[in-house]
Amino acid sequence: MKITVCIGSSCHLKGSRQVVEELQRLIAENGLKDRVELNGTFCMGDCRNGVCVTVDGEKLSVSPETVGEIFREKVLPAFSG
Amino acid sequence: MRKFDTKVQHLKYKVLREVARHAWKGTLFENMTDIPKQIVPGNVPTMRCCVYKERAILSERVKLAIGGDTSNPNVIEVIEIACDECPVGGYEVTDACRGCLAHRCEDVCRRGAISFDHQQKAHIDKTKCVECGACAKVCPYTAIMNYKRPCENACKVKAISMSETKAAQIDNNKCISCGACVYQCPFGAISDKSFILNVIDLIQKSRNNTEYKVYAVVAPSISSQFTYAKLGQVISGIKALGFYTVVEAALGADMVADAESRELVEKGVLTSSCCPAFVDYIEKQFPQLKDYISHNLSPMATIARYIKGKEPSAKIVFIGPCTAKKMEFQKPTVRPYIDIAMTFEELQALFDSRDLDITSMEEDVLDNASYFGRIFARCGGLADAVQEGLKEHGHEDFELHAVSCDGIEECRAALLKLSKKVGNTNFIEGMACIGGCIGGAGCLTHGEKNKAEVDKYGKEAYEKTIADAISVLK
Repeated sequence: MKITVCIGSSCHLKGSRQVVEELQRLIAENGLKDRVELNGTFCMGDCRNGVCVTVDGEKLSVSPETVGEIFREKVLPAFSG
Repeated sequence: MRKFDTKVQHLKYKVLREVARHAWKGTLFENMTDIPKQIVPGNVPTMRCCVYKERAILSERVKLAIGGDTSNPNVIEVIEIACDECPVGGYEVTDACRGCLAHRCEDVCRRGAISFDHQQKAHIDKTKCVECGACAKVCPYTAIMNYKRPCENACKVKAISMSETKAAQIDNNKCISCGACVYQCPFGAISDKSFILNVIDLIQKSRNNTEYKVYAVVAPSISSQFTYAKLGQVISGIKALGFYTVVEAALGADMVADAESRELVEKGVLTSSCCPAFVDYIEKQFPQLKDYISHNLSPMATIARYIKGKEPSAKIVFIGPCTAKKMEFQKPTVRPYIDIAMTFEELQALFDSRDLDITSMEEDVLDNASYFGRIFARCGGLADAVQEGLKEHGHEDFELHAVSCDGIEECRAALLKLSKKVGNTNFIEGMACIGGCIGGAGCLTHGEKNKAEVDKYGKEAYEKTIADAISVLK
């Protein structure tokens, strides 16, 4: 699985560092380090809805508060069962 | 609102603007020869002896704006017909000499080069004079003048001399492309080549960033430029030109500060590698010290390498205050990462070539780097950042003895000491321009407040530490 977080200026100011850190923590906690590739990019062209994140190409609008929830909904199910 | 320091810059800007205007429309080739007449219409000369000479010089400026002499590897070129062949007499006594009794000039001259005529007026014997300038300093009437060419005076690496035709000539084996002469020549007879046509081409061929994305990497000294608008509006303007997005070179500076502090602990003694003119100077004048140069790429190249690592199809244009960056991006080690380097002067010309009034635009944001990455733009900032890097890596026991060299003369002094192993300096921050990058030849303005502007911009950074700024990159 490939997760890309926008680290451009606009998303950065909305907390992309916190999102990245939380994702790193969650990926490690769930033992998915070898199965999830975490990436950064400068701008996904949708600054209004930042922090922009794509999970295997699916575009999501994330914040430091919602990142845990989104991880449980969009990432974990792919590895269960 | 005043955009430039001098009329020379303004003239150069007008040429760049008109060249760019045609380039966007694809009409440059058929209109190129009309540009001089467009800038100097009518029959009344305003700059030179006649409009024909003015236009002839402007044709040369057009040539530089479209890339200059490709057979000359240097990006700094002399426009021979624009050179006024200023006098080169050195120190001379003027009519202001009153033939006083004190004769301070005579006392201070260690070479015995000063004598007096029957009216007690001083004369300098050129066969003895070593141009030290001591006499000029002590004369109470400031009657002794230094008739040195402004270009030669500006060139502290002594790369400029007089050719057989009396025009200035640049020794490429000594020139570090810092652009000091470009900024100082009052006739605008020395200029940097422009690659704006390549920038326009890159943007147009990207087809609105669909074929590939064009990134602008901007130097932190931008905070002291475009003072007639807000920084956020400048960012909007850059995007309106067709760039996909704007990234701070200062984030590359954070990466460099992080790596350089580690490298310093490892090696013990180090010089910075951020300023391309300083690196070039070491390579040309102190080759024996080459091993001390930090192995890090410059912040510009470091952030560009990161972007291309993530997105190999990306194209990257660096926008900064520096003419030497136009040399650096062509180096084999940097070429894969940076496609083109341009200056703030050229950015202004591009804005106006598209009639973009950035003051009426909404403010976009620019925030990737930390305080420390941003203050690289002024002298002393790099050493502060390396100190911070040492602290963040827990190397507080490492005693940093940094010297921040403000201008190439101070760089020379520090390098001389290092070559002779004098003193305990273990880190040399070399900045070829006075004040650091904010003193660069490609700046629109060189104001006294520029350093304060950079510090203010640094403090506004969302991230406060180097580690936080670069943590998103891993």
